[in-house]
This record gives sequence, structure tokens and C-alpha cells, in this order.
Amino acid sequence: MNYEELIKETALADERLVVMTAENRALIRNLPAVLGPRFIDTGITEQTLIGAAAGLALRGRVPVVHALATFLTLRAFEFIRTDVGIGKLPVKLSGFVPGFLSDGNGPTHQAIEDVSLMRGIPGMTVFAPADEQDMLAMLPAIWASPAPAYVRINTRPATYEHTLFELGKAEIVAEGTDITILTYGMLFEQTLVARELLQAQGKSVGLINLRSLKPIDEAALLDVVRRGSLIVTVEDHFITGGLYSILAEVLLRNQLTARVLPLALEERWYRPGRLSAVLEYEGFTGHHIARRITEYLGESGAAIAEGPAVLENEFAE
Amino acid sequence: MTLENQQKLEKMALSVREHIVRLSTDGGCFTGASLSCADLLVYLYSDFLNVRPDNLQDPTRDYLFLSKGHDVPALYGTFVELGFIDKARLDQHLSTDDHIYWHPNRNVPGVEFHSGSLGHLPSVALGVAMDCRMRGQDNKVIVITGDGELNEGTVWESLLVASAHKINNLTLVVDRNHFQANVATEDLIPLEPLAPKFEAFGCEVRRIDGHNFEQLADTFSALPFSETKPSVIICDTVRGRGLPSIEARADRWFCNFSADEVAELLRELHSQVATTLTSETLTVR
Repeated sequence: MNYEELIKETALADERLVVMTAENRALIRNLPAVLGPRFIDTGITEQTLIGAAAGLALRGRVPVVHALATFLTLRAFEFIRTDVGIGKLPVKLSGFVPGFLSDGNGPTHQAIEDVSLMRGIPGMTVFAPADEQDMLAMLPAIWASPAPAYVRINTRPATYEHTLFELGKAEIVAEGTDITILTYGMLFEQTLVARELLQAQGKSVGLINLRSLKPIDEAALLDVVRRGSLIVTVEDHFITGGLYSILAEVLLRNQLTARVLPLALEERWYRPGRLSAVLEYEGFTGHHIARRITEYLGESGAAIAEGPAVLENEFAE
Repeated sequence: MTLENQQKLEKMALSVREHIVRLSTDGGCFTGASLSCADLLVYLYSDFLNVRPDNLQDPTRDYLFLSKGHDVPALYGTFVELGFIDKARLDQHLSTDDHIYWHPNRNVPGVEFHSGSLGHLPSVALGVAMDCRMRGQDNKVIVITGDGELNEGTVWESLLVASAHKINNLTLVVDRNHFQANVATEDLIPLEPLAPKFEAFGCEVRRIDGHNFEQLADTFSALPFSETKPSVIICDTVRGRGLPSIEARADRWFCNFSADEVAELLRELHSQVATTLTSETLTVR
């Protein structure tokens, strides 16, 4: 099963589902022949795409809408906020190549404020699967929900056997007493490596795959805070408005504080290149993450082993 | 059109204008833009659209989307006259006890979608028209834009897509009152020649006097104009139509009159003799 097969199966079982795109067809090339009029390509018109999706949703449809994450959330932002958001309509936004996944495209294509923007819309839900398996586990519940949703599409092959998905629940991969890494999306595979490398240095390291950023699994976060370990937030997103901000909001709401190391993008776009080169340069490979955490703790990172080579990104459009 | 029907529409339009004038105080409203499309809305809801207070949930009803949302007093006035809402709700204008404010919203029966941000509803109406066609229903889907609103690129983007998908059950109506918020359209972003622009975007276009019920009836009853193209009707109108003291004036955008002026203006609607107005008009809202 892949993304296209899942959407096809869902659409054939539920006539409310329509597939829309602003001419981004990389993951849905075979759907026009299967869905006929329920596949709507509006061309390179993200705003009209969203407005029309709102119109279709008004008529009882559930539009699953595709565009590059940056153009979808930025070019069409006001349409998402005003037509989908105020309208409380079940439009499902599939953002292609979010975060580091736009690797070689450059800053125009870097959706690294998308979580911040989308979670600021009342009623909007926000999801970031760790890999393809995680995504396929999440999408049926997301599409079945009456809420509007934004999904950071991620088709990278899984390096971890995920648990079943429950809306609003994080996946607790491991619990640790020294360090707990919180992450979402494609950096999950690197944090999995980082955890191994740190464990090899004798650290007890917890790891949580957030999956859903809104609603946030507040109980899981508070559980980590009470454990008292160093918390490391790892995200391919600007430091403002993403997971680090979400954690800060949860802490303040509960009158708590914690020792937190944020690994995120600060006040600049990332250096474009092949994915492995981007992660090396920006310090987000498993090895780099482990080193940065070790050095933050005032220890030498020299003994941290190299991790496996980063698998290059296959999906480009 | 029979004389009897003509008189019925004129009488209703006058009542709608009275509602608009009464809403132009205690905080005010966009009076001029409301008066320019009052005749259009009265005609559409009373004679053309298959939309009534008792079929608002029927998926085979017609749809009207008011994209130039700031003219909502004309819509609410029409809704009162046709029994969609109680007249008492207009007394709640700008009260937080109700939802009667400067832009339309779906808390008011008959409003299909909220608007206020210009250039949105052509695309929303497009989605509705696409779905009606997909289901084999022949609902008419009308979206009304302002002429200043045509500055927004998304109006044209939507028509380009509607035209590509041959959405002929979609009709875009332009309330061509010749004014942006503060200046004449032709002095800021000239629109003329307007009809050829729509034609170039793949639409079938008619241009009529938007205050002439006979022309409105003849034109709308000929919809759809094409088997393959979206339709566009440019209604030439006058901003502030019905109140000689504010008609076609760039400085009468958002009006907030005193109670005495409202009384004068209600008389002016009948006498058609201009009143002297002293209230300042806000040019920015």
C-alpha cells in the first residue's frame, strides 16, 4: 500500500472524497483515470484550488487537496484561514515536500513555517508523519474526521515499526531518564539514530514521535517534563511557532519549567542541496544530533560514532 | 415583463433601500455599494433564483454568493422583504446579541457563505458549480462581485479555471458601479474595455443596465449563455442609486448618518430631491 493506493481505496469506498491538485501529481499520477470527475486539477492556482475545495466541502464533499507545502500554506494562506477555517470545512491539505524534504529547491520552496501558520487557524488540525508507514497509519483517521487538516506528506521508507495511530496521541518510542528527544516528521529517522548513538555512550534516552502537532498530546509532554530529563526538541521548522513553541505553551499553561534544548532553524533558511548534504550542513543527521546534545551537556562529542548514510530523497516535483 | 410585476419589483426595491438607509446610522454601513446592487438582488431573489426560506437545505436549490460582502445591507433588506429573516433582526445591527454586521455570515438564513475579503467567492462558487455538475444537477450558481474587486487576481484565476473545466452553470455578475472604495475605478486601475477581458478569459458576456428590471429579466432568463463557457453579466449601476445626494460620489463610501439625516434621506428616496448632508463620510474602513 502507498499513498496513491490508500487514497484510491478510500475514494472508491466513499463518494464524498474528491482529489484536487494545483498540478502537483507526483504521488497521484494514476488517479485521474480511476476517479474521473472526482479528480480535479486546477492548474497552478493554489488560491482558487482552496476556494473551490471550500465550495465542494459546502456541498458535502471531503476534498483532499495537493500542492507543494510552501505554496499551499503561504500562497493560499488567507484562503485556508478565511474559507476553510472560518467555514469550519473538512478540507484535507496534503503538503508535498515540507521541511527538509524540499532539499535542493532553495528557500522559495522551504515550508519551515507551515506548522506555525496552520496551527494558528482555529479548528485546524496539524499532522506530521515520520515516514510512509506512519503516514498510511494516520491518514484514514485524519480524512474521516470532520475537522480541516494539514498533513506534512512524507513518503520516506520506514526504519521503525510504528504502533497504531490514535488522533491526538503521540507515539512513545522509548522512555529515558537522562535525555528525551521530541520530534515529528522526517527527522524522526535521524533521532532514532541519535538515540542509538547516545545509548551507546551509556545515556538513557527517551524518544517521542509527536505525529499530531494539533491537537498536541499534552499528557505525553507533561509526563516527560515530570521525568526531569533534558528535553530536546528536534524539528525541520523555524524555531518560532513549531514544537519548541508548543512545548513552551504547554509548560506555561501548567506553570512548569524544564531544561530544553531546541534543535530547529533560527532566523534563516537552510542551505539547499541533496538531502544528505543539507542534514550534514545544518547539523541534523543522527550523528550531528547526538553530538549537539552531548556538547550541550558539556561533554565531548568526539566519541560519538558515525551513523548510517542518509537515504537521499526520491520524491521530487 | 408585465407592468404589474415591474411595479412589484420597484416597490420591493424601494423598501430594500429604506432598510439600507436605516442601517446607515448608529455605526453606519457601506451605503453606496449597497444601493447600487439593490435592484439586482431584488430581481434575483424574487423572480429568478430557486431559493426560498423553505428550501435553504435543498441541494437542488440555486446558489447566490455575494463576494462583494460589504453590500450586505442590500441582501438583508431583500431577505426581510422575502421573509428569510425577521425585520427585528436589522434593529440588532452591530449588536453583539446578533450577527448582523458589516459583512455577510452564515448565521443569517439565506447567506450561503461568509465574505468580506474580496476575490474569494468566485472560487468558492466554482467549487459549488463543479459539484452540482458532477451530480448531474442543474442548479444555477451566481456570484456577485464588485468592479473594484476585479483588481483581485483570484477573480480572473477562477474564471480561467472555470473556463478550462467548461463550468457553464457558473455566472459571475459584476456590480459595475464605477467606484473603488475612494476613487473612480477608471482613475485608479482602469477596467475598460471590460467585456473583452472576460471574453478573453473564455466567458460568454452580456452587459446591461443593472437598474432596469426588464433588461435584468431578459438577460438572466437567457442563462446559460453557452453550453461550454461560464457566463458573465456586467451590470452597469450607479453607486448610491436612489439617493441623489450621494449618487456617484467618490466621497460617499462608508456612511454613518445622524438620525435626522436618516429621516431626511428616507424622504429623499421618495421625492428624489437631494438633501444637504453634513455627516462626515469615512473614506477608510
